[in-house]
Amino acid sequence: MTVPLLEAHELDLRFGAIRALDRVNLSLWPGEVLAIVGESGSGKSSLLHVLSGQGAPDAGRVLYRDPAGAQHDVHAMPAPHLRALHRSDWGFVHQNPRDALRMTVSAGGNVGERLMAQGARHYGDIREIATDWLRQVEIDPSRIDDLPRTFSGGMLQRLQIARTLATHPRLVFMDEPTGGLDVSVQARLLDLIRSLVSRLGLAVLLVTHDIAVARLLAGRIIVMRRGQVVETGLTDQVLDDPQHPYTQLLVSSVLQA
Amino acid sequence: MNGYNFAYLDEPTKRMIRRAILKAVSIPGHQVPFGAREMPLPYGWGTGGIQVTAAILGPEDVLKVIDQGADDTTNAVSIRRFFARTAGVETTTHTAEASVIQTRHRIPEMPLRADQILVYQVPLPEPLAKLEPSRAETRQMHALADYGLMHVKLYEDIARFGHVAISYDYPVMVNGRYLMSPSPIPAFDTPKMNRMAALQLFGAGREKRIYAVPPFTTVRPLDFEDHPFKLVRAPHACTLCGARDSYLDEVVTDDRGGRIFVCSDTDYCEGRRDAAPGEAA
Repeated sequence: MTVPLLEAHELDLRFGAIRALDRVNLSLWPGEVLAIVGESGSGKSSLLHVLSGQGAPDAGRVLYRDPAGAQHDVHAMPAPHLRALHRSDWGFVHQNPRDALRMTVSAGGNVGERLMAQGARHYGDIREIATDWLRQVEIDPSRIDDLPRTFSGGMLQRLQIARTLATHPRLVFMDEPTGGLDVSVQARLLDLIRSLVSRLGLAVLLVTHDIAVARLLAGRIIVMRRGQVVETGLTDQVLDDPQHPYTQLLVSSVLQA
Repeated sequence: MNGYNFAYLDEPTKRMIRRAILKAVSIPGHQVPFGAREMPLPYGWGTGGIQVTAAILGPEDVLKVIDQGADDTTNAVSIRRFFARTAGVETTTHTAEASVIQTRHRIPEMPLRADQILVYQVPLPEPLAKLEPSRAETRQMHALADYGLMHVKLYEDIARFGHVAISYDYPVMVNGRYLMSPSPIPAFDTPKMNRMAALQLFGAGREKRIYAVPPFTTVRPLDFEDHPFKLVRAPHACTLCGARDSYLDEVVTDDRGGRIFVCSDTDYCEGRRDAAPGEAA
């Protein structure tokens, strides 16, 4: 597998006078975890938005290679195809699990929704898969019929991950998956994500402002500032030997534990 | 008829409604917006159905109106008299004699023929409304035939109650494409819609939507492979006519706990009693 799963060419996006994305290029290979780091307003969320096809860039192309090997322009794709992609091959983990979960639907129903959207019509099978996924994200399967509002913050985030992974996506977008959680819960969640990613061979595009999260999960890192990619490379290389002044500032601003 | 245009509505309005009906018939199950008028009837009493009926009625038509299966309840009597007065059409209570049947919440027990039209009164045309509050989003879901959410609702019912706990307005797929609300008819009636010989028209006045099921179109209730759709019927025979296959109403007869079960379709019940006098009570 030497062809990239997702490629972005010369992405440009402006909000009035602000250049949210300034000629951004990137490639994501199958099974790779790529972190996008940068301060607030550096364009990381805009980039995620554009890469996942939720927003169109002013210029540039995003290409996705499907399991059959055919390449698709994400922004030229018909809406039904893009939606199907989001429901099957892709996953999206939001910072706030309440944005993604249906809070009035039980945990099992939440995990099963993507399966049913794909056409699963066997109640017993859906239930079995949901039970299995709850176990994989370390939620007690006996809580399958409980509503998400009875869950803690960390459990909600794990439920969101179970729901996203239930259809075995190949590519998962994660937007600050550990934001808003306390440190010990964060550590457990990171551990879980790391083991799931390596076991399932997922490609992950991870947006974070937390260098520690990037170091723990990502193989490669992209540093963004004012819409531009200022530095890119292997995570350890970039973080241990930052070349760009901004990266140096970013790395040195993190307290050494 | 004096003082009114034929069937109350003015001709341009009827033409607008007929256009909506034609479009609805061409796209089975798809909700077509139309400019619903104020009718001399409160919302929720059949303003949608009455407009559809007014638009399709001709002078030779014979009209029957039922409310929960009965010909003699306020809603049915009023609407029947309304058209008798404003259109001068013949009215009937016999299903077999009617060419247009406007109904609230029931389908007649007697199978309908190809020369009949069934007009439903619909309060909430959007089957996804209770699950997805945004109208823009539900329209998108219909456009993309993205109906997983409705199955989530069924899943939740089975997980909580062990079966699908929808007893009326049971969601159906029309022609394998559009998810449709069959209006609040009992789930018992849903199979009658499948490949029905008569044209079925649905009018929602407050929500300003018209949709249709053309004759001989497949209408399938949603279900799971391991939890197929099941008919639910009160386990009794009709006290008046003895029918064991009809949909029953429970009627309280006194204040000491006395109750009887009778056919909800009054015409069907009377027809059976006339055909076999003295058989049942």
